[in-house]
Amino acid sequence: MRVIKAEELTPIIKKLCMDSNYFLDDDLINVLKKAVDEEDSPAGKEVLEKILENAEIAARDEVAACQDTGFTVVFMDIGEDVFFEGSINEAINEGVRQGYTDGYLRKSILDDALRRKNTGDNTPAIIHIREVPGDKVHITIAPKGGGAENMSTVKMLSPAAGEDGVVQAVVDQVSQAGANPCPPVIVGVGLGGTFEMAALNAKRALLRPLGTFSDDEETARIEKRMLTEINKLGIGPQGFGGRVTCLGVFIERYPCHIASLSCGININCHSSRHKEAVL
Amino acid sequence: MAEEAKKVTAPLDDATIKDLKIGDRVLLSGTIYTGRDAAHKRLIETLEKGEELPIPLEGQVIFYVGPAPAKPGKVIGSAGPTTSYRMDPYAPKLIELGMGGMIGKGNRGKEVRDAMKKYGAVYFASIGGAAALTADTIKKAEVVAYEELGPEAIRKLEIKDMPVVVVNDAYGGDLYEEGRKEYEIK
Ligand code: SF4
Repeated sequence: MRVIKAEELTPIIKKLCMDSNYFLDDDLINVLKKAVDEEDSPAGKEVLEKILENAEIAARDEVAACQDTGFTVVFMDIGEDVFFEGSINEAINEGVRQGYTDGYLRKSILDDALRRKNTGDNTPAIIHIREVPGDKVHITIAPKGGGAENMSTVKMLSPAAGEDGVVQAVVDQVSQAGANPCPPVIVGVGLGGTFEMAALNAKRALLRPLGTFSDDEETARIEKRMLTEINKLGIGPQGFGGRVTCLGVFIERYPCHIASLSCGININCHSSRHKEAVL
Repeated sequence: MAEEAKKVTAPLDDATIKDLKIGDRVLLSGTIYTGRDAAHKRLIETLEKGEELPIPLEGQVIFYVGPAPAKPGKVIGSAGPTTSYRMDPYAPKLIELGMGGMIGKGNRGKEVRDAMKKYGAVYFASIGGAAALTADTIKKAEVVAYEELGPEAIRKLEIKDMPVVVVNDAYGGDLYEEGRKEYEIK
């Protein structure tokens, strides 16, 4: 049994909040650079170049790449041999509070969907905890902006819809979203499970590195198919028209009920932020 | 798409508005105001009560943005556009009262586009997510109304060469529709 004091999480979360908003990952930068070459539209090319320039300024000045520093989504995989002393929730929220305040990140969280009063420190975080083998703790934080999140959905398809139905649902969703989620987008798809599991897997899928496809051959084939179809839409960078509407599609699959074909579609913008730490 | 970016100064006069066409790349300078969901709600409530607005509207440009807090030594924090459709219920009234332009991202509803055509106004897109780059074009920022709304307060900005693109012009054009048609593969 490995005992960890929950408060040890606070400085880690604080740093991840700041780093994820300032420093965009190399995998993202690399696909953006490739996209500049692939884009035919002059307006689209210019947008992609500006996005790359923005990433440089954000990293240089240590300021948020996007002003919408999002809802702080925290994924924690806790080894089964780990015992936490104290409240994990409180320690994480304290890290968010410190990271968003000391890091000059925008506080975008309201106390309630209808009363709409700002909580002032970007808490509470959205926390997803999973038990895994071993004695390590794996933490990923993925701040998520409102613009792209608002374009996401869960479709409870008929099992008869099959692969074609799933591909169509994903392409339609990106098509309807148009310029709203700041294309080029990244799409996470959660196939199977209950309603909420499909949504959660769609979000988890977005953590995978860009420029890669699933290790599972069939899943990789469907990811490529979706990516190709989305990039035929012509939406292009920022919706100005162009070839590069989507930078990557990631599918996570889960067992499914005999009556269901659940399909969670989580759209992410090019400002795809996530950072990890292992404890 | 025009070869060279057009240099434009805000507030916009009628001749400038008439000259702007969809797809034009613009480097915008001058004075603009920020406002998003909560500020728009307040502006319209003020009008409904018959009270005076805290900002002028004639020819003015409203930037849909809720900036991040400014780091010490910076004028403003990262400041990219927010999705514009949420301001659609409020925009036609402001356009009718003389507003000259809006900066945001994403599609506008028919009523907004109709009002832009009827009264003469333009809708610019700024690059969503390029918020650090956009913030660098903001030279001065000052809260002028609704301070209690935090990031949603109305700020008066002095800007220099902010890169934007004309998405909807005063002639009913829509770059999102046209651009997509050009590159769509059926
Ligand atoms: S959709 Fe993404 S890039 Fe666009 S404003 Fe929101 S967080 Fe920023």
